[in-house]
Amino acid sequence: MIPAAFEYERATSVQQASELLQRFGEDAKVLAGGHSLIPLMRLRLSQPSALVDINPIKELDYITVEGGKLRVGALVRHVQLQNSDTVKQNLPILAEVADEVGDNQVRNLGSIGGVMAHADAAGDYPTLALILDAEIVTNKRRHAAKDFFKDIFTTPLEHDELVCEVVFPIANGPHKYIKFRRRLFDWAIVGAAAQKVDGGWRIGLTNVGPTPVRSTAVEQALASGASPADAAEHASDGLNPSADLRASADYKKHLARVLTRRAIEQASA
Amino acid sequence: MKRKVALTVNGSRREDEVEPRLLLVHYLRDVAGLTGTHIGCDTSQCGACTVLVDGKAVKSCTLFAVQAQDAEVETIEGLATGDQLHPLQQAFWDNHGLQCGYCTPGFIMAGVYLLSQNPNPTDDEIRKGLEGNLCRCTGYVNIIKSVKDAAQKMGAAKGAGTPVAAGGE
Repeated sequence: MIPAAFEYERATSVQQASELLQRFGEDAKVLAGGHSLIPLMRLRLSQPSALVDINPIKELDYITVEGGKLRVGALVRHVQLQNSDTVKQNLPILAEVADEVGDNQVRNLGSIGGVMAHADAAGDYPTLALILDAEIVTNKRRHAAKDFFKDIFTTPLEHDELVCEVVFPIANGPHKYIKFRRRLFDWAIVGAAAQKVDGGWRIGLTNVGPTPVRSTAVEQALASGASPADAAEHASDGLNPSADLRASADYKKHLARVLTRRAIEQASA
Repeated sequence: MKRKVALTVNGSRREDEVEPRLLLVHYLRDVAGLTGTHIGCDTSQCGACTVLVDGKAVKSCTLFAVQAQDAEVETIEGLATGDQLHPLQQAFWDNHGLQCGYCTPGFIMAGVYLLSQNPNPTDDEIRKGLEGNLCRCTGYVNIIKSVKDAAQKMGAAKGAGTPVAAGGE
C-alpha cells in the first residue's frame, strides 16, 4: 500500500532535528533506518503528519570506546555493528546479535537508535541494553535501559526527543545470544542472552512479554552454584507471554527455559 | 506537497518532483520507467525490489525516493553492457537460476552486493547473503549455484586482468 501523505524535512544536525520536531508537533515521527516505520506506514498502522529524516546527521554515526564504555551513535547501522572491530573487541555479543538482525538489505539501513526508539518486544538490542545496564542518551537526557522500555512500542521519549547514542559497558567475557526463529531473517519467537560481567552472569529474554526481561531468578541461581540446567528452569518464573501466530504462551515459556540453558552452556563452552 | 529529488540512476543524472510518500521502488518503476525492479510483497520481506544505493543492497520498497537525494542508484537495467550480460546475469542463465523470473532481479542485485563484499563466498555465505530474498518456484539450489559460478568467473576474469562488466564492484 501507499503510505498516507506527510510533510518531509531533512535534518543535518541534532539541533536542527530538535527544532523540526518541535515545529511539527506531536504527530511527527523521526525517520532513521525506516525498517520498522516504513512498513507500518505502508500498512497505514502509522500515519505521521510529518517525518524528520535524520539520516544525513553525520554526528550520530560513530562507534568509540571512552572511559571504559562502548559508545554507539544512534545512526550506526546493523552492518556496522556486525563488522566493527571495536565492537567485536569490546562487546562481541552486540556484533553477533547485529549479524542476525534481518538480512543484508535490512542490516544496511536499520539503525541501533531506531531499534531502541521503536521498542518492539521482539527487538534484540533492547534485551542486551537491559541486562548490561546500558544507557540511552537523547538530545534532552540520559535514560537507564531499565527505565526506557516501558511497554510494547512504548518509551519515555517525548515528541521532540531524539535518541542520539547508546552507551554500553565493555564486556568481552563469555557470552551467547540465541535467537529462535523459523526463517533466518525473522524476528525472534523467543531470544535468550547470557553474558558474563565481572564474574557474574547477566541473563535476559526477548519477546516473552511486552518488554525485554532480565532473568534475575536465573542469575541468582547461577550465583549460588546451580548448574545451567537447574538455573534455566527459573527462566519462565513470573513470565506471562502472550500467544501469537507463531507460538502459544506455554511454548514461549518452554523456549525461555530451553534457550536460557543453551545460551549459558554455549557461552561457558 | 511535492519535493525535488536529484539522483543518479544507472549512471544517468535525474531530477524529478515527487511526493515525499513515493517509495523508491515506485519512483524507479513509474517515474523512471525502469520496471525491472519488481514488487513481490507489501511487507519488506521478499527482496524482489532490491537495488543498490551507493553500492549497498537495499529494499527499494522500504525507502522513500526523497531519501535517495544525491545517491547513486543501480538497478538490474544497469548491469549489462550492451548485449554483454553481467556475469551474474549470465550465470543465472547458464545454471537455470530462474524459472518464472519474478524474483530474479532482486536476487541478482543482492548477489552483486554480496560479491562486492565477499568475492569468493562459500555456499553458506551465499545462503546468508541472499537470506533477504525469496523465491517461490525455482528453489534455491540453482540460485546458489549461479552465484557461485559468477563468483568463479568474475574471479578468473579479474585474475586475467580483464575488466569485469559494470556493476557495483
